[in-house]
Amino acid sequence: MILPDLAPLWLTLKLAALVSVLLLIIATPLAWWLARSRARLVPLVEALTALPLVLPPTVIGFYLLIAFRPDAPFGAFWMRMTGDTLTFSFAGLVLASLIYSLPFAVQPLQTAFTSLGSSPMEAAASLRAGPIAAFLTVALPLSARGYLTAAVLTFAHTLGEFGVVLMVGGNIPGETRVISIAIYEQVERIDYAAAHILSGLLLALSFTILLILYGLNARAARHDRA
Amino acid sequence: MTGLELSLRHRRGSFGLDVTQTLPAAGLTAVFGPSGAGKSSLLRAIAGFDRTGGRISLKGEVWEDGRFFLPPHRRRVGFVFQDPRLFAHLDVAGNLLYAARRGGGVQALNQIVRDFQLEPLLHRRPAALSGGEAQRVALARALLSAPQLLLMDEPLSSLDASRRAEILPHIERLRDHAGFPILYVSHSLAEVARLANHVLALADGKVVGFGPTGLILADAEAAAAFGGEEPGSLIEAHHEQIEPDGLSRLTFAGGSLLVPALPAHTIGLPLRLLVRARDVMVARTRPEGLSALNILPARVENLRDIGPAATEITLTCGGTPIRARITRRSVAALGLEPGVECHAILKSVALAQE
Repeated sequence: MILPDLAPLWLTLKLAALVSVLLLIIATPLAWWLARSRARLVPLVEALTALPLVLPPTVIGFYLLIAFRPDAPFGAFWMRMTGDTLTFSFAGLVLASLIYSLPFAVQPLQTAFTSLGSSPMEAAASLRAGPIAAFLTVALPLSARGYLTAAVLTFAHTLGEFGVVLMVGGNIPGETRVISIAIYEQVERIDYAAAHILSGLLLALSFTILLILYGLNARAARHDRA
Repeated sequence: MTGLELSLRHRRGSFGLDVTQTLPAAGLTAVFGPSGAGKSSLLRAIAGFDRTGGRISLKGEVWEDGRFFLPPHRRRVGFVFQDPRLFAHLDVAGNLLYAARRGGGVQALNQIVRDFQLEPLLHRRPAALSGGEAQRVALARALLSAPQLLLMDEPLSSLDASRRAEILPHIERLRDHAGFPILYVSHSLAEVARLANHVLALADGKVVGFGPTGLILADAEAAAAFGGEEPGSLIEAHHEQIEPDGLSRLTFAGGSLLVPALPAHTIGLPLRLLVRARDVMVARTRPEGLSALNILPARVENLRDIGPAATEITLTCGGTPIRARITRRSVAALGLEPGVECHAILKSVALAQE
């Protein structure tokens, strides 16, 4: 048995890890604002954030493809800034995944921040901690499980991305050929042996990640009660 | 001015807060009134958790004035909440260090740990503390932030009587030695009578009385704030001695009182006694052949009808106001009016404590 090219697997892991890290950073202020603000704008932003949950990936991919084209304002801007196109590139894939996986990072964090309430932050303020210090020393550690959930969901969701990649990324080895695209192509070629190996690897990997994270989660829960 | 100056006129939804008052710069001031009176809202405004657009200053340092607003972490305010609000991700030592590092410095830690007997708790998580222990830690934590003003929002209301008894002496010690003013929200008359130097009585977001505890407890106008609570009078007396028959003798400017024996170690100490208005009878001449032990010469200060048949009388016994609640018929029969000399018969006198 010949081991198939594992490059798509590494590319996928790189993409999922990068997107997860970036999204946790981006989603933190957004989720905090959604959980705290009483502004009229909140429902509008909430609806926009949740849109990727209900839209078919091909629709998101289609609009992103339009926006990423070098003759579109955003695509042209990117071209001027980086000298590279967004379509059919790894950078474009990252950007598309950020949008595609956004609700999976925002919603667990928003839930965590809402259930945290304002009490711990008020207590921190009464002990002279400024807003940012209070967030880092109190809200962040108390929301650790929300972050864990957000990280798992974002990572797993990006891992299985297919429709959006197909639309904006295509199938360029080492650049945009992620694992789901590679498997699809192998099945198209009726190379079931290779598809088996990549699919099996992805299955085992996903399961292992989830098992480790849920194991940590259960330990944290026991620790809270102790 | 040197106290805590408040000038708030603030409306949120159907609730309004309208408080213009200067509170003392030392001792414990109880903020007293029925639930919904605005006690907690007042404390939140002073802490800076809510903006009011009014004016708040402590010893001349302005915290809020119209559009100027000093955020809560830049006001030197300690806050003890109704629930302890300890940080669940830190142990007791971590919670205390959190405050000490940002406030009075880590060197203050040892003294506070000793004062509050926290040594055995230091490495426990907040979830593993009893309600009384957690509130003790919360109080210690608030002090470690080196406040210039301590706000306490019903800190004992979620505790049972024995846990309260565990914390009350700490609060009394702070009141007498802390060197900064304490604002203490309570709806318990007994707690106020025991702890407060001054009382700010609130009802419907408005001030209905402010002054020394004894005067406010005896003030019929402020009584409105007491809601369902029975009005009473506060007597500050000295524990003189324990009589051979087992009763304790206490003296104050208005005379002396006998109560069931108090602990011997309180002899020579000042104590606060609470007398409920319904436990006070009035007689024009000193009654004879009565089982009541405590009969004090008094003078009628004022009278106020409080119902179709009842009158509330404020008497004075050597300068201490004593309230009595009797029928209008008795008022007429005895010919009671301001200035009339009489006797107050105290059917029951209780130590002001929980």
